[in-house]
Order: sequence, then structure tokens, then C-alpha cells
Amino acid sequence: MTNELFEVKTGLAEMLKGGVIMDVTTPEQAKIAEQAGAVAVMALERIPADIRRDGGIARASDPKMIKEIQRAVSIPVMAKCRIGHFAEAQILEALEIDYIDESEVLTPADEANHIWKHDFKTPFVCGATNLAEALRRIGEGAALIRTKGEPGTGNIVEAVRHMRTINTEMANLSTMRTDELMAAAKKMGAPFHLVVQVAKTGKLPVPNFSAGGIATPADASLMMQLGAETIFVGSGIFKSENSEAMAKAIVQAATFYDKPDKLAEISEGLGKAMKGLDMVEIKPEDRMQDRGW
Amino acid sequence: MTIRPEYEDLTIGVVALQGSFAKHAFSMGKLGIKSRAVREPADLKLIDALILPGGESTTMTLLLENEGLWEPMNEALETLPVFGTCAGAILLGQQIDDERVRCFNKIDYKAERNAYGRQIESFSTALVIPSMLDHDFHAIFIRAPKFRDIKPNVMSLAVFGADPVLLRQGNVLVASFHPELTEDPGIHKYFVDEIVLKSR
Repeated sequence: MTNELFEVKTGLAEMLKGGVIMDVTTPEQAKIAEQAGAVAVMALERIPADIRRDGGIARASDPKMIKEIQRAVSIPVMAKCRIGHFAEAQILEALEIDYIDESEVLTPADEANHIWKHDFKTPFVCGATNLAEALRRIGEGAALIRTKGEPGTGNIVEAVRHMRTINTEMANLSTMRTDELMAAAKKMGAPFHLVVQVAKTGKLPVPNFSAGGIATPADASLMMQLGAETIFVGSGIFKSENSEAMAKAIVQAATFYDKPDKLAEISEGLGKAMKGLDMVEIKPEDRMQDRGW
Repeated sequence: MTIRPEYEDLTIGVVALQGSFAKHAFSMGKLGIKSRAVREPADLKLIDALILPGGESTTMTLLLENEGLWEPMNEALETLPVFGTCAGAILLGQQIDDERVRCFNKIDYKAERNAYGRQIESFSTALVIPSMLDHDFHAIFIRAPKFRDIKPNVMSLAVFGADPVLLRQGNVLVASFHPELTEDPGIHKYFVDEIVLKSR
């Protein structure tokens, strides 16, 4: 019997497929998320929209708050640590968090290095803006990749860019001759063995989810039609007018993402989605997606 | 592998609301068997057997109820052979003491959710399944349930430690682990050969 194996880490991600993972800041919100059909919750002190508004250093959450959320729900509980902050990750592992998100939403702790995730029994999810970044994170041990998007904006444009970029780059690799792959790996700055694997299979070696800017059922459908297998919703639920209705609707949209008639029904009368931010309103130094590499 | 002629006109339904449904369809595909995603009541009329995949039992309960699938499925399961893994196995058992999950009462045990603990306690192991396979089965347990209060009419096909992990009662087969995550389609083959084909 062993539990270090990678398949056990990706196995949980397989079970989350076709679902919605929701950011929650209190046990009450966690219960609302579970009752709406979330497959997991992400426990954090402030949702990305508020982190963006408040400024300051955003760190891993208080263990007390994480434990309260773990007690409130029966579904998996994820939590975020800062990029490169392996001590925060160790604490989250000690709390028996189900998945650790090494996240650009928090202020990075290391500008050069990400966490060596193979050292942990707890699986990690990491954000990516392109294929090379995704493969570097998988090389370090991430068992799940999500688009970064631009967190806390309610604006889907960056998540779309990241998903399309990853898809195009995977398609390009799969058309290459074997003798071209070493040069491709060098140019991309990605681990060679993973480049070879993507070229062979045409897909990421781990599940591929989407996060960053999803605010409506249609956004969820869009990302899933572009290839996302599950949706993370951060600010989109608890910054909307009617959180419970929005949560339920996005859960249904993740199942019926390819049925426009059904999506029309699901989208009806949900109240206002979160207000959101245009990318031109965000100063370059405030872009969270540029954190990490 | 040559495809058995009996497989040709079979269609296995896989409940495709949330979870590892695509992996189950892939396992059936390896045997050369067609599968069909079940997302609405009409799908139930077009299948010879049903699979309830792994995933989150709370999410599946909500989606089954919201989509008007729970009642038609409950009725169909009176006769339809069914295979449930992990969350699917929780749903097929007797009603558990948790109002977030609604069970179908098709096999006589009560499941205890997440009985091994959180993800950090998830594991894989080699299982011996003498009545089914001539080789060990590589079994992946993810936040797995345990089967409690198992009635004597339920047949245990494999155990891990003291706990039965693969059970059968008539046309109902359940695993607390995830055969759909493994390359080996041996348990899926048993379901089709010994349950689906023999019930026709």
C-alpha cells in the first residue's frame, strides 16, 4: 500500500471533473456552496476581488478558519499558499487539506522558485498561462493545472486567452517530428519528457481545469467548450446579487455546458452577476497572472 | 483483444452528471463496448445496464434530483444491472444518515463516506479477487467509503484488510475504489460477462 503515487493525487482531480469548485471565506458560505452542488471548496480569508481592492500582502489563511470550514462540509476542502512558500504548504498539509493551490492570488514568497511539490503527499494545483508554464509546474509535481485567468475581475478574457494558448501549443507539438521535440523543449523552457508526452497524446498529462474571471453559467460553458474539465469560481459567486442562485446555476452549467437550450433556462433571472473589471482598468503591476513564471 | 460478438449490440449507460464518467466510458471502450452518457430520463430507455461513477455524492444527489432523473432511475434500477464505484456505491446502498445524500436502496449495506479520512489517506494497493481475476488488481482508493451493516445476502468479492471493498448482490456490483482509473478493465469485463449478459 502506498499513497505517494501520482495517480492517487490526480485521482482526486478525476473525481472533481464536470464540477464547480467555489471560493468560500466562512463556514456559512461553505455550506451554501455544498448545498448548491459544489464538488469542493477553496477556503481563503478574502476572495480575490477583495484582495485586489484591499492591497497589502495576501498570505495563507488562518488554520482556525480552515478547520471550521473543514468541519462544516463533507466535500474536499482546498486552500491556497503563496508561490514558493513551502512552509505555508507544509502547514496546509498538516491540516490535511485535500488539495493545495500554489496560487498567484496570494503575494508570491519566492520570485525564482516554485514549491517542489513531489515532496508532499497532498496534491497540488497550479495556475498556468501557457503550455510551457503548465509543464514546468507538472515537472515540479503539480497534479492538476488550471488557467490563471485574471482573478477577482469577473472578466473571462484572460482565462480564454490562457486556455486557447495551451490548446494551440499542444496542437503544434502534436504535429512535430520526434527529432524536433528537443529543440521545442529548449525554446519553450519546458521539461523534455513532458514535451514528448504531450506531443504523443495531444493533451496535458494531468487534468486541465479553468479559473480566473468566471462569473456566469455562460462563462462556465465557454471554458468547458474550450476544453476545461472543471471550473473554479472565485469572486463570481459571493460577489453576485443572489449567491445561492448563481452557485446552483453554475453547477448545472458545468454539467450541461454543451446544451444551449438548457443553459438558457439555467441563466434566467439570476440577478446581477459581479460587476467586474475591464483589463485596461488594471495597472500592469497589479496583474496577478504575471506572478510566477 | 478480439471483441466478443455478444458485446456488439450492448450499450452501457454511464451517469454523466459529474465525476469520473469519461473514465468509465473509456474502460468500456477498451473492451469494445459502446457506452452512452445518461443525463436525462430518455437516456435510460436506450441502455442495457448502468454505471454510477465516482465523484461527489452530494453533487450527484442534487443534480439527479434537479434534473428529474432520480425517480426514473430508481424505477429503471428495479431491473437494470448496475455498477457503482465510490460515490456511485454510496448512492446504491441503503439510505445513510446524511440528508445531503439520497440513496437508492438497491444493495444491502450502509456506506460510511470518507471512512479512511481525507485525501492524505488516499492510497493504491494490489487486490486479490480470486472469483474474478487470475492476477492482482491495482486498486486506487480516493477518499473512499467503507461498507457498514452488510447483510448476509451480499457477496464479498474482495477485501482490503478487514474491509470488503468489492460487493455483489444480484445485478448490483459496487466497488469502494476506482476500477475506472486503472488500465485493467477486468472488473468492467466481469460486470458485463457475469451480470449484464446473464441477465438478458
